[in-house]
This record gives sequence, structure tokens and C-alpha cells, in this order.
Amino acid sequence: MRFLISALTIACLTLGAQAQDKTITIASTTSTQDSGLFNHLLPAFKAKTGIDVKVIAQGTGQALDTARRGDADVVFVHAKAAEEKFLAEGFGVKRFDVMYNDFVLVGPAADPAGIKGSKDIVASLKTIQAKASPFVSRGDKSGTHLAELDLWKAAGLDPAGAKADWYKEIGQGMGAALNTSKAMGAYLLSDRATWISFKGKDGLAIAVEGDTKLFNQYGVMLVNPAKHPHVKADLGQAFVDYVISAEGQKVIADYRIEGQQLFFPNAAK
Amino acid sequence: MMEGSGALDLVLSGDPALYAIVRLSLVVSLSAVAVAALIGLPLGGLIALTRFRGRAGAIVLLNAMMGLPPVVVGLAVFLLLSRSGPLGSWGLLFTPTAMVMAQAVLITPIIAALTRQAVEDMWSEYRDELTAMGVGPLQRLLTLLYDARIALVTVLLAGFGRAAAEVGAVMIVGGNINGFTRVMTTAIALETSKGDLPLAMGLGLILIAIVFAINASAWALRLYAERRIG
Repeated sequence: MRFLISALTIACLTLGAQAQDKTITIASTTSTQDSGLFNHLLPAFKAKTGIDVKVIAQGTGQALDTARRGDADVVFVHAKAAEEKFLAEGFGVKRFDVMYNDFVLVGPAADPAGIKGSKDIVASLKTIQAKASPFVSRGDKSGTHLAELDLWKAAGLDPAGAKADWYKEIGQGMGAALNTSKAMGAYLLSDRATWISFKGKDGLAIAVEGDTKLFNQYGVMLVNPAKHPHVKADLGQAFVDYVISAEGQKVIADYRIEGQQLFFPNAAK
Repeated sequence: MMEGSGALDLVLSGDPALYAIVRLSLVVSLSAVAVAALIGLPLGGLIALTRFRGRAGAIVLLNAMMGLPPVVVGLAVFLLLSRSGPLGSWGLLFTPTAMVMAQAVLITPIIAALTRQAVEDMWSEYRDELTAMGVGPLQRLLTLLYDARIALVTVLLAGFGRAAAEVGAVMIVGGNINGFTRVMTTAIALETSKGDLPLAMGLGLILIAIVFAINASAWALRLYAERRIG
């Protein structure tokens, strides 16, 4: 106990008091953070409301768990089924659609499985399995991982369950997975925003895109103050209201990297 | 700081975000060293100078704890500080304070174990003298800690090096929040995951340079002190 108090005292002396006032914590995904969306969106939100936002960027599964423990005020993630389960458990107040983009199947530029240019993700996954081409899976219960598992299921395949040796579950974030697949010459599923903003693309290329099955919806929820009384409900709700407002939606639509729009707002009017 | 690649460019451009990250790294790790020293120095000295049942076991345990995995320490502190954990009401998770706590837990055994060794070596040298003078236990401890102070600087540096280099604990309890809990090691992990390997490597070189500079100053201080003592 004495240790904790001394740790606390010293930290307070050196760091100054924490700002307690208008700050909220959002548990979100690596794609929204790494793509730079938050750097674009949060200053506009702060200018409008004066609220500072701290973002914890994790995979969707982990972000929802962070919120379940009460360590965030708002969740902003992309795995609808997992989000609805979170709501059903009573941890969220209400879920709102915010925006979408899509997943892309990225692979070695040389395209060893010969699937480049296909618009049929299910057929392409079957080809990867048939040729036993290396495939990197996030394996971390992130939104992208869950989407990938759903696509294998749609193809009637289960390489994770079968422990196929060409299928590598790495248990890491999107960027780390892209680095790994580049080094291994493997295919992988990526969200388009992280792919566009990823800086080590050389040697990798999009193999499959444009299938409606690759749709990627983002949603936002206030963590339920009835479960966690310390949740900053007013400030958190202000963020939820902002991102689904006409103004917030326009800020999202305006975010571009090299002329490409990364996220497409689609909150209900 | 997201653009460009060279470490040198980054330093020369005087990027305020970079300096904030470097400053936080130093504040967190130095605070952790201070906390760990307050506990580890007396604890190590005490074990060196006392004889009790299970002392050998305590020493082995302390030495083994020098190898605590940062990610496990981080997880333990996380579970303690999470809103659903026993200290959740303190609201400390994802703050620099939580990072100081995790690093202090990590390096206290290092400082205690190495202090025990240093003081014990001094003790075998001065035992007869101190016994003959009839010096009491507390006075012995203070005298030996003081006499071992030059060796203890190296002990503190070992603790600092471990704290400044680890990423597992601060990532979990700090959350790598931009402008608030992002330190050098978590920034390096982030840039690696963004695929900007040159920038990540550049940040790594800056971190190594800082640790080197701190060790060099400590060494210079030691030379100066030795000359004064003669």
C-alpha cells in the first residue's frame, strides 16, 4: 500500500494533476486510428464541443472487452454481430451505424494463386485453399478477423479448425499482419482504410475487391452508465451525437489520403 | 511526425509531438526508478545484513523476479486498476501514473536484488570494522548503502534501462493514447504496425541515443565522484 501511495505521489508531482474535466475515453479499432481518421475527426469535434478524446486503439473484440470492464465511455468498432451481443448483454445503450468501407484481399504482387482481379471473394478463398497458398489470419478476434472467418464459412471451408499448415494465425494487429504477409508472401484480408494508409505496400497488391460480401460497417455506442456509473454519459453521448450528425458525417466523408476517400458515412437520417 | 523517415530529420525539425513522447518516456521511467529505489535499496540492504529463516529462498526469489515478463506485470496492474478491478475507483487505468506503477513493479526486484549483492560485498569488507565500532543495525545499513553508492548508481541505471526499454507493460496499462500515454517504445510499436519501418527504426535509434546519454552522464558523475573521494 505504501508503495502505491508513493508511486501515486511521485507521479502526481511529476506529471501534474490529470485533467478530469471534459475528457472521454473511446475504445476503438486500429483501422480508425492507424488510418488517421481520428487525427482528422477529433480536432473538429473538440472545436465544436470543447471535449478532449482519448483513443485506445485495439481490435474490435478487445475494444468491446475494454468497454465491458468499464474502462471506456464510448465504443467505436466494426463487427455488427459482436456489437449486438454487447448490447444484448446490457453493456451498451444504443448502437448507431456511422460509416462503412470495405475489406480487400491483399496478396503478393506476383499473385501465386492466380486470383488477381476477381470480384468473387468466396471463389478466391476456395482457390487459395485448393492451391494451399500461404494465408495470414489476424487471429485476434478483431472485426477484420471475424469478417475473415465469416468469409471462410461462406466458402464452406474451415482452415483455422483444420489447422492447415498454409494458414497462419498470427494474433496481431492489421499493420503487423500486413508486414508479416509481405515477409511470407501470403494473402490476407485487410480493411481498405489500413491498406491505403499502410506505408510498406511494395511487394503487396490488392487481389480481390468489390464483392458485396466485403462490406465493412462501423458502429458507435455509449457504454451503459447503468452498468458502469462512472461512465461520462453526457460527454460520451455528445460524441455519439456528433459522429452521426450531418456535420460529423461530412467531416468523415472529407477524410482522404492521396485523393481516396477512406470511410463512407451512412448514419440513419 | 507521421511523415518523413529519417531519425535525424525528426530531431532537427524539432517536432513537438516527438519531444512530448520523449519527455513522457523519461518522466515515466525516471519516476519508476525513484519509486523502485525507495523500496528496493532498503529492502536489498536489509536482506544483505540480516539473517532469517528462508533467507536463501528469498534471495533466489528476488533474483528470479529480475526476469519478470513486462507483459505479465502489465496485465496484473491492468486487472488491479481496471474499473472492474479492486482499485478501479481510483480511475488510474490508461494514465501515466499507471505506467509508473507497472514499471516500478517491474524494476523493484532488479534494484533490490542488485543492491543486496552490492551491500553484501561491502559488508564482508567492513564487517570487522563496523562490529568493533559497535555500530547499530540501522546505522550499518545507512553506512553500507552510502559506501556502496557508486555501485548503486549502476544498479539504478540497470533499473532505468529495463524500464525505458520495455513495451509490454506500458502498452497494456497506458493504452498508447496519442498525446497522453504514448511513449517511445509504444510509438515504435505503432509505427511498425503502420508499415513505416524507417520511422520506427529512427525512433528506436533516438531511444538508444537517450539511454546512452543518460548512462554516459552517470559514468562521468562517477569518475568525478571517485576523483573527489581520491
